Amino acid sequence: MAIADATPLRPRTSTLRQLARSSSVVIGGLLVAAMVAVAALAPWLGTRNPGEVNPSVRNKLPGFEATIRDDDGNKVPVSYRFGTDSLGRDIYSRVLYGARVSLIVGLTVSVISLAVGLLIGLIAGYVRWLDGIIMRFMDGLMAIPAILLAIGVVSIFRAGLFAVIVAIVVPEVPRVVRLVRSIVLSIREEPYVESAITVGTPTPLLIVRHVLPNTIAPLIVQGTFICAAAILIEAILSFLGIGIPPEIPTWGNIMAEGRTLFRVFPHNILYPGIFLAITVLGVNMLGDGLRDVLDPKMERRG
Amino acid sequence: MENTVRTDAPVLALENVSVALPKGGDRTNAITDVSFEVGRGEIVCVVGESGSGKSVSAQAVMGLLPKGQLALTGGTIRLEGREISGLPQAELRRLRGQRMSMIFQEPMTALNPVERVGTQIGEVLEIHTRLSPAERRQKVLDIMAAVHLPDPASMIDAFPHQLSGGQRQRVMIAAALVLDPVLLIADEPTTALDVTTQAQILKLIAEMQARRGTGVLFITHDFGVVAEIAHRVVVMQHGRVVETGTRDEIISRPREAYTQMLIRSVPSLEPPARAPKISAVTLEIDKLSKTYVSGGFLSGKRRVVKAADNVSIDVRRGETVGIVGESGSGKTTVARCVARLIEPSEGAVRIDGTDVAHLRERQLRPYRKHVQIVFQDPYRSLNPRRTVGASIIEGPVNFGETTAAATKRARELMQLVGLQPDALDRYPHQFSGGQRQRIAIARALAMEPTLLIADEAVSALDVSVQAQVLQLLDDVRERFDLAVLFITHDLRVAAQICDRIAVMQNGVVVEAGPTTEIFAAPSHPYTRALFAAAPGRDVHFGAGLAVEA
Repeated sequence: MAIADATPLRPRTSTLRQLARSSSVVIGGLLVAAMVAVAALAPWLGTRNPGEVNPSVRNKLPGFEATIRDDDGNKVPVSYRFGTDSLGRDIYSRVLYGARVSLIVGLTVSVISLAVGLLIGLIAGYVRWLDGIIMRFMDGLMAIPAILLAIGVVSIFRAGLFAVIVAIVVPEVPRVVRLVRSIVLSIREEPYVESAITVGTPTPLLIVRHVLPNTIAPLIVQGTFICAAAILIEAILSFLGIGIPPEIPTWGNIMAEGRTLFRVFPHNILYPGIFLAITVLGVNMLGDGLRDVLDPKMERRG
Repeated sequence: MENTVRTDAPVLALENVSVALPKGGDRTNAITDVSFEVGRGEIVCVVGESGSGKSVSAQAVMGLLPKGQLALTGGTIRLEGREISGLPQAELRRLRGQRMSMIFQEPMTALNPVERVGTQIGEVLEIHTRLSPAERRQKVLDIMAAVHLPDPASMIDAFPHQLSGGQRQRVMIAAALVLDPVLLIADEPTTALDVTTQAQILKLIAEMQARRGTGVLFITHDFGVVAEIAHRVVVMQHGRVVETGTRDEIISRPREAYTQMLIRSVPSLEPPARAPKISAVTLEIDKLSKTYVSGGFLSGKRRVVKAADNVSIDVRRGETVGIVGESGSGKTTVARCVARLIEPSEGAVRIDGTDVAHLRERQLRPYRKHVQIVFQDPYRSLNPRRTVGASIIEGPVNFGETTAAATKRARELMQLVGLQPDALDRYPHQFSGGQRQRIAIARALAMEPTLLIADEAVSALDVSVQAQVLQLLDDVRERFDLAVLFITHDLRVAAQICDRIAVMQNGVVVEAGPTTEIFAAPSHPYTRALFAAAPGRDVHFGAGLAVEA
């Protein structure tokens, strides 16, 4: 019984092309890419040592120009594009270097939260008797406000980049766990997973081969939102003075420093604020666009 | 508006109606030059397989074509002689509900779950009439009584989830008919219902149209249903009308080859004579029970549901045994217990003499090879992210075969199930439903099982494809001397493929025996009710066709 096997290859629009067509992916991606470029190229963008204190140029407005004697005793003209803070540090340099901290925090926090959350979520979704225990613990974690939890974690460790990352990861993990668990619970009912069980696929292989690939798209989307939240929380913690030590330039630290003279010299807070807003906006737009393209519910069947 | 209506005109007339598909589709038009009429008080069935354009025709009439995707490109649609194809949305909205109305396949999703059924029926009145709330309520009560909903006075304030599937469909019909439209469009209204409920709904639709003189456009894929209620039939394929005729013409003497093929594909309710198998027993289900217990932790009230209760069935080598029942009868629970996707609460499942009912996953592994299952939904039974080749060889490789050897065997199996071996590199979305079901069968066969479970394996397929897949299942049973456990709700399918059947109701086997005996003389009242409800049971499909050599 020969059956015409004439299925024409249905053209499938590639995901990449769909991404390029989504305006929020393009705009968000460009904003993020610009921020990454700024952070990576900071030393070559006319910056000075962001930690250099110069009492002679304290609290200058944006565009202030001065002549400064460098280490070798030569006089060099310097333009303070974003002005200086109350210790005479160049805000332009500090904001650009601060991008490094923000992006590192955003990226590491989202990668670590996703990895940890994925592992716990898979276990919760697959090992039924552990599910209740894990999920009640996660519910408990989610009941504590993220900032409060972060402050608690920082107070345990010594303040620093590592402590800040851990402090932000801990409250983000339960959200990832919930997401992964719900995906696992729906995928394990799929007939193709049950077929794999009946052909004797061992459980670890079953998870890696049939369950895990379904979690990737939603996790990428969730990752962008975690990244945006982490950048904000890092800034908040630094602003509150419990994050990264003040000698390291971060947007939160710059704003914290400028807070006292905010009414007279608003630029101290304005510039890091603008950078923070653009970064978070870019990451969020990227995430929104990715969700629209990758979300299986929006996908057409076939 | 009313005075422009010509009473002698047919209720609905389509003339050369075409609807374009968006660019990049597999054809340019969803429907092309479709013409047919529905007279006053006439039931016209539009039949066709999936993709034939029958639902698009209905949407075009209602003005419900999905915006931006499908557009009316030609022809005229007249409702009571008045052209409605070019009408603005506001005009159409006035006609919908008042002069024409529609009921859908899934009564579960067509009703708003958070609104009372009375409100939902009354909504039509609220929009189209100026009746007072009290008058509206009275009208709703009247129509609910007319569609034979039990105790309208209390049911009017019920929520949809408190009603059964059949009652929900009655509510839909009540809402559609409350304003006495001249045209009722029913889009597969009984497909999601059990066969006994289906029989009642069909009777209701026929009764309503006879009493009110409504013209009914009834869309279906099921020739049994056609035989049951149609006055005239429109057969569609690939968006075109193939043939129109009275019910008897189409069912017994179809002229077009396509219609003849469809009619021949309808499985007969008369089982062919089969010699009883006396080979060794492969599967022995012995007093199997599966109970679900819920609640009880805080309330102290435990709810016990017996999904399967004391079920005993055996299947011999080379034999097909059917489990027949409606939804909730426990037939799938039994299948899942046998495949050990779930653990039975009590009883034994013996495969070639070994009880696997309570084995742990590790001990179970050797037996996984022997029992394979083919699922209902061809769109979900293959992992969309893996090539079909990878899906087929997964099992053999799990059991230590080399990839090369397994692939070689997969190529042979593809040929065996009627597909090109080269298609192994393709992904599931590149295949049609029937082809996917063939792949699922190939995957099961790759394990060289002794028992094959087919869980509604042909239920989601079009009738012509269904016939082919049934044929394939029968072929592989014979070729590999397989024991087949065939789960189905469809008596016609069961009659054609099963040597013996067990009829299940509420988790219990009410009757079991050779197919021919049960079909000839069902003894249990429930079995008799099932047979009585089978649509088109008295009709001999293709009676006037020459018998194929």
